[in-house]
Amino acid sequence: MASFGGRVEARIKLTRRQSVGITVLCTLLGAAGQVLIKLGAVQLGASTSPLAMVSNPLLFGGYVLYGLMTGLFVFALRDEELSILYPIIALTYVWVSGLSVWLFRESFNLPKALGVVTIVAGVSVLGRDGTR
Amino acid sequence: MMATPLSSMLLVLTASFVGSFGAVFLKSGANRMRFNLWHLLRNYRLALGVGLFLLSSYFFVLGMRRGELSVLYPMVSLGYVWTMIWSRMFFGEPLTRNKFAGLFLILLGIAFIGMGAAR
Repeated sequence: MASFGGRVEARIKLTRRQSVGITVLCTLLGAAGQVLIKLGAVQLGASTSPLAMVSNPLLFGGYVLYGLMTGLFVFALRDEELSILYPIIALTYVWVSGLSVWLFRESFNLPKALGVVTIVAGVSVLGRDGTR
Repeated sequence: MMATPLSSMLLVLTASFVGSFGAVFLKSGANRMRFNLWHLLRNYRLALGVGLFLLSSYFFVLGMRRGELSVLYPMVSLGYVWTMIWSRMFFGEPLTRNKFAGLFLILLGIAFIGMGAAR
């Protein structure tokens, strides 16, 4: 079994742009997952039954999105440096801040706006790193 | 405004530390990954990475129950700092000016969002 297809090392390498793009997609999935988990938690209310936590469709959907996000992130990590991709996950804060205002009527204020702009600037500086 | 208990800070710091090792194991697993079910199942590094992330989120949830987001958010984001150090130590990744600048802006941004998130 071990030698089955063992020498097939040739494969498509992702460019930095592609790996960064996949990571940005991960942050969108992660933000959607967080929203579903929040909605599920609201639906559960005070219930702490483990069965309810596993069987709630919203929570379940949130976990599935987290799983997808992790799988995609591993895929992006294959060809790119961890020190570039990992901080990009912070974009999740940006999407969640926006979604929370839209879906949960949370306030949007000056510090949040500054935070969103600063994180986006940081991610674009990282994505432009010119080491190769 | 309620003060942030030390226990919450320690839990969140622990979460950031554990999570940064989750990232290290995911990267290490990804470096060795092959698209073959048998290899994926034997890739214990990926499993360990996911496990550490789950453990980290457990500490995170415990830590976030009490305290101020303006204090706790910047502590969570320290995970990015640890991960940058481990990237250099374990994978020999170069630390460039762009990485420092990008990381600094991201940490600042998260601190801002923590300040804006009233509880």
